[in-house]
This record gives sequence, structure tokens and C-alpha cells, in this order.
Amino acid sequence: MSLELRGITKTFGSLTANDSINLRVETGQIHAILGENGAGKSTLMNIVYGLLNADSGEILVDEKLVDISEPIDALSAGIGMVHQHFMLIPVFTVAENIILGHEKSSKFGVIDIDAARLAIRKVSKDFGFEVDPDAIVESLPVGIQQKVEIIRALIYEAKVLILDEPTAVLTPQETDELLKTMRELKAKGTSIIFITHKLREVREVADQITIIRRGKVVAAVSPTTSEGELASMMVGRAVDLAPVKHKHQIGEPILVATNLTVRDAMGTAIVKSVNFHVNAGEVLAIAGVQGNGQSELARALINLESHIEGSIKLAGAEIRGSSIYDSLHSGIAFIPESRELDGLVGSFSIAENLILDLHDQQPYAKGINLSASTVLSEAEKRVTEFDIRLQSVSDAVSTLSGGNKQKVVIARELSRPVKVLVASQPTRGLDVGSIEFVHERILAERDQGRGVILFSTELDEVMALADRIAVMYRGEILEIVDSGVTRGELGLLMAGVVTKKASA
Amino acid sequence: MKKVRSNIEKRRLVGVSVITLLSTISLLFFGFISPGKDKTTFGFVLNNEWVIIKEWVIASATGAKIFSLIAVVASIIAVLAFRANRKIVIPAAIATFGILMSFITWVASGKFIPFTGLLQGALLLAVPLIFGSMSGLICERSGVINIAIEGQLLASAFVSGVVASLTHKTIWGLIAAPIAGAAISFLLATFAIKFSVDQVILGFVLNVLVIGLTDFLYKKLLVPYQSTWNTAPTFGHIELPILAKIPVLGPIFFSQSIVVYLMFAIVATITFALFKTKWGLRTRAIGEHPTAADTVGIDVNKLRFKNVMIAGLIAGVGGAYYTVGSVGAFGKEMTAGAGFIALAALIFGKWSPIGAVFAALLFGFADNLQSTLTIIGVSIPSEFMLMVPYIATIIAVTGLVGRVRAPAADGVPYLRGGAH
Repeated sequence: MSLELRGITKTFGSLTANDSINLRVETGQIHAILGENGAGKSTLMNIVYGLLNADSGEILVDEKLVDISEPIDALSAGIGMVHQHFMLIPVFTVAENIILGHEKSSKFGVIDIDAARLAIRKVSKDFGFEVDPDAIVESLPVGIQQKVEIIRALIYEAKVLILDEPTAVLTPQETDELLKTMRELKAKGTSIIFITHKLREVREVADQITIIRRGKVVAAVSPTTSEGELASMMVGRAVDLAPVKHKHQIGEPILVATNLTVRDAMGTAIVKSVNFHVNAGEVLAIAGVQGNGQSELARALINLESHIEGSIKLAGAEIRGSSIYDSLHSGIAFIPESRELDGLVGSFSIAENLILDLHDQQPYAKGINLSASTVLSEAEKRVTEFDIRLQSVSDAVSTLSGGNKQKVVIARELSRPVKVLVASQPTRGLDVGSIEFVHERILAERDQGRGVILFSTELDEVMALADRIAVMYRGEILEIVDSGVTRGELGLLMAGVVTKKASA
Repeated sequence: MKKVRSNIEKRRLVGVSVITLLSTISLLFFGFISPGKDKTTFGFVLNNEWVIIKEWVIASATGAKIFSLIAVVASIIAVLAFRANRKIVIPAAIATFGILMSFITWVASGKFIPFTGLLQGALLLAVPLIFGSMSGLICERSGVINIAIEGQLLASAFVSGVVASLTHKTIWGLIAAPIAGAAISFLLATFAIKFSVDQVILGFVLNVLVIGLTDFLYKKLLVPYQSTWNTAPTFGHIELPILAKIPVLGPIFFSQSIVVYLMFAIVATITFALFKTKWGLRTRAIGEHPTAADTVGIDVNKLRFKNVMIAGLIAGVGGAYYTVGSVGAFGKEMTAGAGFIALAALIFGKWSPIGAVFAALLFGFADNLQSTLTIIGVSIPSEFMLMVPYIATIIAVTGLVGRVRAPAADGVPYLRGGAH
């Protein structure tokens, strides 16, 4: 089945998310749509799937005009979608999730779950998936949950399958498996729209690549195009994919964590007795698939978790159990995972956000007053130093773009005397230009002799920045390896496979 | 290494400790502070059951000791079960029962306790609570918080009383009541779903609205023209053949007004529908993850609207119980907070229909025990007796209820495209 989009335009207020987009997906083709976060890929796909309605434009399936205003229209037109955030009910079983919306009833209105079980087993067998129809979805690993979504689309005979950022939550091995499944689907005649910003995967699997930038199609290229070219088309200028890392002298251990355990409110250990240290002038990356305890470990380093056991020594002094305020002021800079939720107060001005941590210190505080003029003048300095693009430092920080918000967080955190920088997913959701900036800044801190602990799920980022890499799996640090490790070895570790004895 | 307890474990520990403490106090207090040589009499006969169970007479001091001992043994078993990390619900429930019985035997020394009547009254007091909690259940399972249960009950009690008075027919009262409940639901649904108004504040405002409106009409209409407006007839008891003659159970369950039978039917229907039918699957889906339901073609807000309306109809029948179902005449603010107790029953029952019914029955029992004891004239001030239901609730909620998880999208308005 072929799918064609003609002149799709969608605006949100003054923002044009999609600007007369034309796109054609042939039968049995894997068509990659490449673009940065915020380029309008998800908006476009939500229009195709009927979750949003376009202001203008046409959708054609097999050369015939179709009217898609609700998801049900897309489903009946043979379009299926695997969303970036899974559309599964966590407390339902696999079978319940699959029949939802397509329920068939037997006697007395009792829904027929057996038919769904059979259908799931059949599709699972065809593609070599191992999915138990009666498993509760929230107990399944994300890779399997994604398969449930794919199975659902296949059971309802999707001929065009949209995969929205499907690899974001997968381990490298799971990604390879997904790419294999995509090829099998293609061989059986399913067309696939593959949305991503990961260049490597696109080149590996796509037949055709469409690049979207700021809501417009800027190029349609073949997968033989080099990664550098793809990246510059995505961003609109030449980009340096790998930051330059200077060789230099690594110092003494500056932060040492011993037998560190973090528990959640239920008492379950999320981080299980981990040991690691970071030296001055070194980047220690903590890699792993999302949800293996990295977030909790990062938060524990500044005592932001409630149940922490073990020891955290910063320059020889125990900081576990001290207040968050004291942790920060003893020399830890902290870039939280979610800048909107934990990093900034959205409705406060940029200037106020820049001194959230220092509002009670000289020169900002004068007695019980806050010196507004100092706050503003210091903010101007930071804005210049960190190249924050804005209209006025008095504007609410929520008006900034993701990259500029992150710069505000970084500027604030580095305005204290810092010994160790803890950065949790510092480039998540940022555009390539901002990623470059954050990477340079992290390396600059390292070069100035600070210890950097970088939590990242992006393998490329970890490989590019780290001096040593600790891999977390199910709350444990499986192994700490040096930066010479290969992607394959790292991928296996991230999947929980230990190949050799711990080296550090 | 120090053992770290989770919050649930801590709560269970508190529950076990409180029950053990209460059992011990019960033994020392009721068992040894003797009420004298009097005897306590339990009666089991209410109507003309087939088998007449004889009255049970026991020396108060002995009875109180025996029941307290049962409670102490059961709470020791609960402690052992807790340490072995096993379920504590059954021993804890037995302990609670022992404490209660010990208390009743002790306090009613020299008196007659109509045991069957006590349970029957408990069910009757639980009727509006059960209707109310079913209304809340359907709303919250769909993702809409319903604080307006109180308003739904009160409005429908008023309307059913007035309509039955004017028509002189109970059946019209029973038909009008759900319409009144649905009218309140319509306001709740319109503002909560269409305009995304904060549901807690909205529900509260609706309650205030109904209280104000019924108070006003009661004063200006029902009191001065009572003979026309406030003399509703009531439904008689329908004795189910054979079943009504079963000792103890018969009078409790099978000799009731039509409203009570309707309640049994509604609870059974909801339990079945929620977990077995298409409607139930979709309802649970929109309460947990509305976006996911939307992507498979379910109209989330339409189904929510429909369910809130159904909830209003159900609460309406519960409201009718106050007037045509029991006393007939409407009284000012006669629901007296039952809507909020119903909400508590829903949460205590973990958002499951059967759980909510048991919670409502527990509240009904505690309430009825308090009034029964006041009526037979025990020496404890009635103010303390009024605390009994609430103490029972606190113990039950802290100690016995396991993990409580509300529907994930409860109270969150659904707006499409919010994710990107």
C-alpha cells in the first residue's frame, strides 16, 4: 500500500509546525523521516494518524483520497502507528490491550479474549516474538512492550506502519532486533515510516530518506548519503559530530561512592550497592538503558533521594545525609534530567532562575531583601558568557527554547565554586547545535580539572565524551571500562551481559 | 545492617501493633473491670423465621474475657504472620471482631442485644453509602473525580420525596430520583469534561449548591405546605418466599424494600460489566491512559460523559432510599455527609465494587452499633459512641488495606494532542 501526503500544513498559534509537506511512501518501502526535536515530525505523523487535524493538505492511500480526522479513520485505512510513548494501558494484560477498541463480544456481552490470545500467538510465531498474551504490560521490558504495539498494528492489518522514534528506549541489541523485524515486515509488503534523529539507524535500514527542518521538507535523499551530510541538512549548517577531546593529566579521586544503595518509597532497592569514583579532570560516564537506576543514582549524589545508604565522599568529606543545599554548596553542580520539571521554575524570569541557588548569598541578598539590580546585571553577564539567546532576562524562562533553557541551568550550576559536575541526560531533547555547546562545556569543565559524572543513555555521547564508562544494569554497575571499548561490547553490557572480569 | 522497611510494611506494622495493643487493652479492661454478675442476652429472631434460634445468654464478665482472649490470640497470630511476611487480613479481622464482641458483651451487661436487628440495621445504613460509592466508582474508573456524591444523594432524596408526595405514588418518586441525580451529574460532566474545571473544587461547589437549594425549598415550601409537599409514601417490604424465612440471613437480606434489591442488582451488574464487558474494558482504559484509548478509536470524553451520567442515575436511586425507600418525608440535609463516607468506602475498597460494598457495610455496622447501644441505654456517653465508626475506619485503613492505587488518570481532564 502506498501513502502520499500533499501540502500538509499545520499551525499552532504563530508557530508553523508543518509547512506544506509533500511525501510519498511506496509499497514495501522503509521511508525514514529525519529531523531534529521540534522539526515537526511527530506533528506530521499525528496528522496522518488522525490525532491532529491538518489546516490544509491531502492524504492519499493507494492514490485514493482519504479523510482522516480520527485515529479510527487511520486504522480503517490500514495505517498503524507505534508511538514514541507507548499507547498501552499499563495495568491491562497484553490481550486486553490488543482487543481494546476492537472488542468482540460473545454471550451476554462478555468480551471474547480467547480470539485475541490466538491472534497474538499467531503473529508472535510468524515473527519469532516471545509475547505472553496474559502478561500484565507494566511488568514487561520496554522492548517487549514495543513488540506488543507492533503485534497490535499487524493484527489489525496495518499496511503502512508508522514507527515514531522507536529506538529511543531500546538497548543496542533490541535496536538491532527491531531493525531486523522492520526488514521482515518490508519483505512481507508492509510499508514503514521510520521517524528518528539517529543517523546510523537510518542509513542501515531506510530505502528513502526525507529530511524535515523547521516544519519543511528540506531534502529527499538516498541512504548512501554520509552521516555528516545528513546531519548538516538536519541542522541547516555544517556540524561537528564528534567534539574534540584533548589529552591531559587526570588527577586524584575527587568523589568516591562506596556501597551506595538507593531505595524507593516502597523500600525496593533501585540502586544496589554501587561503588565508583571520579577523578579530577575526568569524565566518568554512567551508561545504560533508561530505567536501570541511573536517574535515582544521579539524584542521590546531591541527596535528592529519601532513602540512601552507603557513603559519598566529596574531596574526602562525607556528604551523604547532608541537606541538598549543603551538597550543592559543598561543590557539586547538578544538571537534572528534566530541566522543565526539576531544573527551572517556568514562570520565574530568566534572571531569577539564574540565582535560584544563590538568592540568599552576597551580592544578591542584602539583609532580608533581594537586590533586583544585582540580579539583573549578573544575569546579563551569564547570558553573554553562555550565549543564551533571549529577548530580555526579565522574560519567563518558559518562553525559551529547550537548548536555551538548558544553558540557563548550566550557567546557574556553574556559577558556584564547583568540584564535581553531575549531568543527568544533559542533551536529551536538544537540537544538534545545543548538543555541541553542552558537549564543549562538559569537556571544558574536565579540562579545568573538575570531575564530571555524565549520566547518558546515548551511546554516541558516552563514547565521545567519557574517559571511563560505568554501565548500569538493573541497579548495579556491571563493569567500569575505559573509553577504548567498542560499541558492541558496550551494547552487550547495557543488555546485562558481562563478557570479562571487571577491570576497574 | 539495619532492616529497612517500606512504607507499606510500616503501615502494616502500625496496623498489627494497634490491633495487638487494643486486644490487650480489651482483655485488661473489659475482661477484668467486671460489669458485675449481670448477664448479656443476644437475640437472633426478628420475624417468624422457620427455625427459631434461642436467645443466647452469657455472663457478661466471662463473655468479655472469652472474646478478648480470642482477640489477643488472633492478634498474636497476626504478629507472627507479619514477621513471616504473610497476609494479616484474616487474623486481624478476627481480632477486630473479638474486640468488638468483647466490648458489646461488656457494655450491654444486663441488657438485650438484638443481634439480627443490629446487622439488618447495618445493611440499611450502608444502602445509601453503597449507591454513593458505586456512583463514585463509575466516575473515577473513567477518570473523573466525583466529590459531588453528597449533592447527588441529597438532590435526589429531595426530588423523590416531593414527587412522591405530589403524586401519592412511591414509584414516581423512585423514577424521579435518578433524573435528579443525573441532573447534578450533567453539571459535573459539562464543567469537568467540556471545560476542564478542577474536579475537586467543582464537586465541592455542586454540594454547596444542592445543600443551599434544598434548604431554601425545604424552609419555604416543604415546611409551610407539608401536607401537600412533604408526605411521601414509602415502599413496603417485599418478603422473598422461602429465603426470607432463613434464620438470621432471611430478615437481613430477603425482607427488604425494592430499593435494597435494586442495590444488590446494581452492584452485581457493575461488577460484571466493569470486568467482563466491552464497556468495562473501555471505561477502565480511559481512567488509566486516555491517550492510549483515543489512539485505538475510543472517544474518551464522550464515554466519560456517558459514565458520569450513569453514575448520577445510580446515586439518584440511593437518594430515593432516604425518602420513599425508608422514612418518606424529606428532612433538611438528611444525607448528613453520607456522600463523603461513600467516597471513603470507595477508596477503602480500592476502587473495586465488592471492596467498596464491604467498606460501606463496615461503616454501616459501626454507625448502627453506636445507635443501638445508645438506644438500649448503655452507660457510655453517646459522643464517644459516635467516634466508633471513625476509629474503625482509621484502624482498617492503616493496618489492613494493602497497596491502594487510584486509576492513573483520575481527575485529569483529557485534551487531545497534549503530548506534543
